[in-house]
Amino acid sequence: MQTAVNLWPLLGVAVIAAGFLLRANPVLVVVAACGVTGAAAAMPFMHLLESLGTAFVKTRNLPLVLLLPLAAVGLLERYGLKEHAMASIAKIRSATAGRLLIVYLFLRETTAAAGLTSLGGQPSMVRPLVAPLAEGAAEARNGTLSDGLRYRIRAMAAATDNVGLFFGEDIFVAFGAIVLMQTILRAEGIEVDPLHMALWGIPTAVCAFVIHSWNLRRLDAAIRREGAGK
Amino acid sequence: MIFSLEFLYVLVGLLLGTVALLTLLDKDHPRRVTSALFWGLYAFIYLAGDHIPAAAAGAVMIAMALLAGCGLVRQGKHGSLDEATRRASAARLGNKLFLPALVIPVVTVLGATVLKEVRIGDWLLFDQAHLTLASLGLGSLLAIGAACWLTKATPVQGVREARRLVDAMSWAVTLPHMLAVLGLLFTEAGVGKAVAQVSTSWFDVDSRFAAVALYCIAMAVFTIIMGNGFAAFPVIAGGIGIPVLVNVYGANPAIMAAIGMFSAYCGTLMTPMAANFNIVPAALLELPDKNAVIKAQIPTALPLLGANILLLYFLMNR
Repeated sequence: MQTAVNLWPLLGVAVIAAGFLLRANPVLVVVAACGVTGAAAAMPFMHLLESLGTAFVKTRNLPLVLLLPLAAVGLLERYGLKEHAMASIAKIRSATAGRLLIVYLFLRETTAAAGLTSLGGQPSMVRPLVAPLAEGAAEARNGTLSDGLRYRIRAMAAATDNVGLFFGEDIFVAFGAIVLMQTILRAEGIEVDPLHMALWGIPTAVCAFVIHSWNLRRLDAAIRREGAGK
Repeated sequence: MIFSLEFLYVLVGLLLGTVALLTLLDKDHPRRVTSALFWGLYAFIYLAGDHIPAAAAGAVMIAMALLAGCGLVRQGKHGSLDEATRRASAARLGNKLFLPALVIPVVTVLGATVLKEVRIGDWLLFDQAHLTLASLGLGSLLAIGAACWLTKATPVQGVREARRLVDAMSWAVTLPHMLAVLGLLFTEAGVGKAVAQVSTSWFDVDSRFAAVALYCIAMAVFTIIMGNGFAAFPVIAGGIGIPVLVNVYGANPAIMAAIGMFSAYCGTLMTPMAANFNIVPAALLELPDKNAVIKAQIPTALPLLGANILLLYFLMNR
């Protein structure tokens, strides 16, 4: 393995890094990286085109999660879903954007750990419900929000969904990552109990909850500061 | 089976085809023809992907990337109700508005657990190999039905609203898909092997703490580059985890694997390559800074990566 490894395909990785540093259009960067990687691995052009095409058709299932809920979500938004979510959270006096997101983080992480990963999600939960609820809570406190703070609250809503999902689902025994780890280790001649891997994920899952909750408290502090500064 | 992956492809293909058609008919659209072409090509891949030569599909992908990269895919104008009307409608419908929104997650979960082997006649309701996606498909259709019933709107209005949201995200919709293609190409070209070779021959793993830190950081960094923890795990576990941590320092493989994967996830939180988690939501929430979600996640990801290094260092010989 020491001498036979071809290091040239790493150029593809360099193209990705350079592209993102230069803030080029990501789709162009990806296609450029495909071309460079193919050339570096000495693939003939037609072979590269066929590899890309096969992979493109095979991975069509990925955008489904994003595209399928859009019609229903869009329809509800047209008839005031966001406005209603913001108005209902404004009625709860003790609600703050940070506290609300901490509750959502807890629910997202524990349900994902129980295998219910599809209970959240950016298009189906964050855009129609979680982000407007968080924004509504902050608006109820401060009256109006600056654009910067509004965008920061939305970004934190998206981040909270990701953190809860990532660090919850890995404790679920039947999750793909556990299956993947078991398969890889078995190929190397090591047998591991999936339950053990799931259990040893718990300390990190707890740390993730604590650290992210602390960041959400900081968000509340920022909202309070802006509210007091007016 | 009734809800198969192929059926969902046809649904999404028809949706994207309608987006293309509506774009083409939109007289005020700034880039009418090229935007319609972009969505039309994507619809074509969903509807006919299995029946065209692989090279043709590859050419379609490159054409789409060039259209998007040259700024030829733009957003159209959309008629939406004004804010006062939306508020009035919200007040009238009240909490009932939440119900169709909750139909999607509830049906998806029920479909993947309780209802998974339901048959209608001789037909299984859901594609067994793609249970979650199939139940998400059913949930989405039921949610459209519930939303139409509640708001007295037509499904056609639903398609128009879907176009508004697809248009708002624009080409970012296709980015996760194209990154997955790149990931498969990287595997085929042997990028993983090259990375494992470089990281173990360049860095010093003589001290136990240095080895643990290198393992966790390499997981995160490689995930940042690849955008996917699943791509990083085999490479770094095979290149550093097993030969160094397990074989030299006697780490418990289950702990090495579990904390290694979580270190990879810290990387996922910090990379634009994990587009469906980080870039698409920024577009979906209409944030002007497309890296805003990543910036919100870095203060969680970095301390957590540090916590992982300490956890693995102290726990690995259990």
